[in-house]
Amino acid sequence: MRLALRMLARDWRAGELRILALAIVIAVAGVTSVAFFTDRVWQALGREAHQLLGADAVLIADHPWRAEVRDEIERRGLGRAEIVSFVSMARAGEGAQLVSVKAVSEGYPLRGRMRIAPGLNQADAEAQGIPTPGTVWLDERLMAELGLREGGAIDLGKSRLRVAAVVTVEPDRGISFVNIAPRVLMRLDDVPATGLIQPGSRATYQLLAAGEPQPVAAFERWVKPRLGRGERLESLENARPETRAALDKAQQFLGLTAMLAVILSAVAIALSTRRYTERHLDGYAVMRCLGAAQARLFSLFSWEFVFLALAASVAGCALGYAGQAAIAAWLSQLVASTLPQPSAWPALQGVATGLALLLGFALPPLLQLREVPAVRVLRRETGAPRPTALAVYVLRLAAVFGLLLWQARDAKLAGYVFGGFAAAVVVFAAAGYAALRLVGRLGRTAGGVSWRYGLANLLRRPRGNTIQIVSLALGLTAILLLTFVRSDLLESWRRRLPPDAPNRFVVGIQPEQKAPLVDFFRDSGLQPPELFPLVRARLVGINGRAVSAADYTDERARRQVEREFNVTDMTELPPDNTVSRGRWFTKQDLDRGAVSVEQWIAERLGIALGDTLEFEAAGRTFEAPVTSIRKLEWDTMRPNFFFITTPKLLRDAPTTYMTGFHAPTGEAELTARLSRAFPNLTVIDVGSIFRQVRAMMDQVIRAVQFVFLFALVAGMLVLYAALLATQDERAQESALMRALGARRAQILRAQRAEFAVLGLLAGLLASAGATAIGWVLAERVFQFEYVWNDWIWAVGPGLGLACVLFNAWAGARAALSRPPIVALREAA
Amino acid sequence: MPGEAVAIVGASGSGKSTLLGLLAGLDAPTTGQVRVDGVDLFALDEDGRAALRARMVGFVFQSFQLLPALNALENVMLPLELAGERRIRDAAESLAREMLGRVGLAERLRHYPKHLSGGEQQRVALARAFVTDPKLLFADEPTGNLDAATGASVIELMFELNAERGTTLVLVTHDEAIAGRCSRQIRLAAGRIA
Repeated sequence: MRLALRMLARDWRAGELRILALAIVIAVAGVTSVAFFTDRVWQALGREAHQLLGADAVLIADHPWRAEVRDEIERRGLGRAEIVSFVSMARAGEGAQLVSVKAVSEGYPLRGRMRIAPGLNQADAEAQGIPTPGTVWLDERLMAELGLREGGAIDLGKSRLRVAAVVTVEPDRGISFVNIAPRVLMRLDDVPATGLIQPGSRATYQLLAAGEPQPVAAFERWVKPRLGRGERLESLENARPETRAALDKAQQFLGLTAMLAVILSAVAIALSTRRYTERHLDGYAVMRCLGAAQARLFSLFSWEFVFLALAASVAGCALGYAGQAAIAAWLSQLVASTLPQPSAWPALQGVATGLALLLGFALPPLLQLREVPAVRVLRRETGAPRPTALAVYVLRLAAVFGLLLWQARDAKLAGYVFGGFAAAVVVFAAAGYAALRLVGRLGRTAGGVSWRYGLANLLRRPRGNTIQIVSLALGLTAILLLTFVRSDLLESWRRRLPPDAPNRFVVGIQPEQKAPLVDFFRDSGLQPPELFPLVRARLVGINGRAVSAADYTDERARRQVEREFNVTDMTELPPDNTVSRGRWFTKQDLDRGAVSVEQWIAERLGIALGDTLEFEAAGRTFEAPVTSIRKLEWDTMRPNFFFITTPKLLRDAPTTYMTGFHAPTGEAELTARLSRAFPNLTVIDVGSIFRQVRAMMDQVIRAVQFVFLFALVAGMLVLYAALLATQDERAQESALMRALGARRAQILRAQRAEFAVLGLLAGLLASAGATAIGWVLAERVFQFEYVWNDWIWAVGPGLGLACVLFNAWAGARAALSRPPIVALREAA
Repeated sequence: MPGEAVAIVGASGSGKSTLLGLLAGLDAPTTGQVRVDGVDLFALDEDGRAALRARMVGFVFQSFQLLPALNALENVMLPLELAGERRIRDAAESLAREMLGRVGLAERLRHYPKHLSGGEQQRVALARAFVTDPKLLFADEPTGNLDAATGASVIELMFELNAERGTTLVLVTHDEAIAGRCSRQIRLAAGRIA
C-alpha cells in the first residue's frame, strides 16, 4: 500500500495521471452538484414535515368540508383549524394585482410558526395568532408591487381591509416551485363580506388536525374510507405530493444531464489510461526483471489507481458542493425556503461514481500490463498493447448503462437516454468521419505544404480524430441547445400568437354581471368579448359505470378524473376547434342533450364516440351521449374547454361566466378599473404570467446550463487526452521533419491547420445537432414553425475552434520544444 | 564459476541477447535447460523466476531502462522497494544513497533520467543493479549507446564494482576490447556457439 502511494506520488509529479484525475473530478463534480442540491431540497421537504403541513394531518377538498368530518376532529380531542384558499384581485390605489388569498381560522397554524414584521425591511418576530378582524397580512412581494406602506389598505372583493403586517415566514408555503401570485393572509370570518366565494367559485378548502400521534392516526384511519371525490388527506408521510413529484422529475432530469459529463469523462479516462499503459510497458517489464511477482505488481498499479480515484472523487465532491451552492442561488426564488446543509449521502454517490468509472474505463487498459513479458527489456517489439477487445467495449457500455439507470431510477427512461446518447454518438461519429475524409482529400490538392500536411494528418489518425470531434461536438451541442435554441423556441411560440390574441382572462362573472360587463367594455372603447358560461362539474360515470381515480394507472388521468371540470355549453362549433370524430351538435342533439369531448382528455380517460357520460354539478347529475371528439389549438390563447354540452343540460346548474380579451398596450389601468367596477372578478394577466414563467424558466435553464458546463469541460478533456495520446508520435514526426529541413513555423502551421479543421468540424456538427433537435422540438413536439438562427452557425464553429486551439496550445507546443535529435533518439 | 566474468561475443544478429535472455530466465527455450545456482530455471513458473531474479540477479541494459517518472534515487531504490523483506524495504533509501555515492552521483540524487547524460544514466543503472548485492549480473551491451570515452569509464566502474562484490558477470558485447577483459569468452555465430 505504501509503495502504491509512493508510486502514485511519483507518477503525479511526473504529470502522468493528471488527465485521469481531472476527468474523475469533473464527472464526480457534475453528479454531486446535482445530488447535493436535490438532497438539500428533499431534506427541506422531509424536515419537520408537520411544520410544512402546518398540522399533523391536512384534509384538502375542492368544496367545503362536511360538518361530520369537522366535528369528528373535535370529538377526538384534536386541535382544529380551517383554511380556504383562492385567487382574486387585490386593489390598492390605482393598482390591481392577482393574489393568492389564504383565509385562516383561529388556531392556525397548528404546527410551526409564522413570522411577521410591521412593515417592509423591518425586524420580524413570531406571529401571535392570526390577522385581527378587518385586517390582512401581505407578503413582501405584494407590498412592493402595490407600493403599500405600514397602515395602508387593500380592496378585496367588496371589502376594504387594513394591512396590519408583512409575512416574512409562512411555514406551510415552503417548497412550492411555482408561486405565481403573491400572498394575502386574512381571517376566515372576513371572507363572506368580500363576496368573493360564490356558488361555482374555485377554492380549496383545508381542514387541519393536530394532536398526539395515536389520536391523529386513529382519526386518519376513520377519515380515509370516508373521503369522497375531490377530497384527499395529506399527512407527514405524503405531504406535498405535487412538490415531491416535481422534485423527483427535476432530480431525474438534472442527474441525467450530469451523466453527459460522466460519459465524456469516461472516454477521457479510457484514453489517458491507455496512454499511461503504453508509457509504462517498459517500466513494468523492468520491474518484472527486478523480481516483482505478477500479482504483486498488478496489485501495486491497481491500488495506485484506486487511491487516485478516491482522492479525485473527494476533490470532485468538494467542487460539486461549491457547484450546488451556485444551483441553489439560481433556483432560490423557485425553492423559496431556507435549505439545510446536505447530508453525506451525495458524497458517497460521488465516490461510487468515481470508482465505477475507474472500474469500467481504467481497469481494462491496465489489465494489459499483466501480459507484458519481462523479455521486453531486451526485445521492445514484444508486449505491445493489443487493440481493445469487444468484451471491453461491452463492459464499458454496461458501466454507462448502469450509471444511467442509477440516476434515472427507471429502466425505461435509462434505456431511452442510453439510446439517445448512442444515436447521437453514432450520428456524430459517422458525420465526423465522413467530413474528415472529405476534408483530408480536398487538402491534398489545395493550399500550401503546411496546409496539405496538416490535413493529411487528419486522415492518418482517423479513429483518434473522430473521438475528439464527437466528444467536443456532444458538449457543444448541449450548450448551444440551451443558449440559442431555447430562446428561439420561446420567441417562435410568442410570434405564433395572433397580435390580438387574448392577454387577459376574467373569471367569476356572475349572471347578473353580464350586461354591466358588456357596457363596461363598450364604454372603454373595446369590443365586448364573448362570455362563456361555466359550470363546475365532475365526471362520475361512463356508460353507466362509476369512474374514479382507481380506474386509471396514468398519473395525469387520475388527476383529471379527481378534479372538477369547467364545462360550458355552446350551439356552434368554436373557432380553432375541429371535429376529428363524429359530428357537431345537430338539431336533434340540441333537443335531447349531447356532449362534445376534446381529443386529449378523451384518450386519457378512455372516452369513445357514442359513450354516455354522467356528470355531477352542485349535487345534481346529468347524462349525455358523446357525439363528437374535437381537436383544439390550445396555444391561440382563446378560452377552450375539454367538455362542451348542449345548452339544455346546464340550464339548472349554478353558472358563472368567463371571458378572454385583448387589452391593448397603453391600457395598463384597464385591469384596475375593471377590478374596481367588479370587485369579485379575478383578472388574470397572461402577459405578466408569461414574464414570470419565462423568468423561472431562465433560472432553471441557467442551472441546467451550469450542469452542462461540466460536459463541455469533459469534452475538452477528451480532446486533450486524445492529443496527448498522439503527442509522442507528433514529436517524432516533427523531429523527423525538422531533421529533413522543415522550419518550425511550417510545422506549427501544419498543426494549426489540423486542429483548426478538427475544431471547426466539431463546432459545425454541434450547430447542426442543436438546430436539428430544435427543429424536431418546434415542428414535431410543440408544433409551431421553427425559426432559423444564423448566429448558431457562427458561434458553434467559433467555440469549437477556440476549444481545440486552446488544447493544442497547451499540449502540442511540447512536441516542438525539444531538439530533433532528442526526439529521434527517444523514438529509437 | 562464482565471481567469474564471462563475455558473450558475436556479430549483430548472432543471438547474443537471446542467449542472455535465456540465461536470465526472461525468455523460454524451446528445448534444453538453464540452471542458476543449481536451480532449473524453467521448472519454475514466471513468478518463481522473478523471485529468483529478485534474490540473485542484477541487470544493466544498453538503453539503461530507467523509469522516466522516477529520479535517480528512486530508480535505485526500486528493486529494494520491490523486495519481499521488510527490513530491506525500510533501508531502501539509505542503501540507494550509498550506492549512488559509490558511482559518483551523490549530487544528482533528485535528477530525472531526462536531465542526466547517457553516462550518468548508465551509472544510475549500475547502482540499481548492484544495490541488491546480486550474485549474478547480466549486462547487455552496456556501452552500446555511449561514446567511447564515456563507455570506457562506465565499463571500468562496472568491473570495479564486480570485483568489489565478487559478482558473477555475464556480459554481452560486440566490443573485442571489453570482451578481452573477461576471464572467458563465448563466441556466437548464427545462434550457435562457434
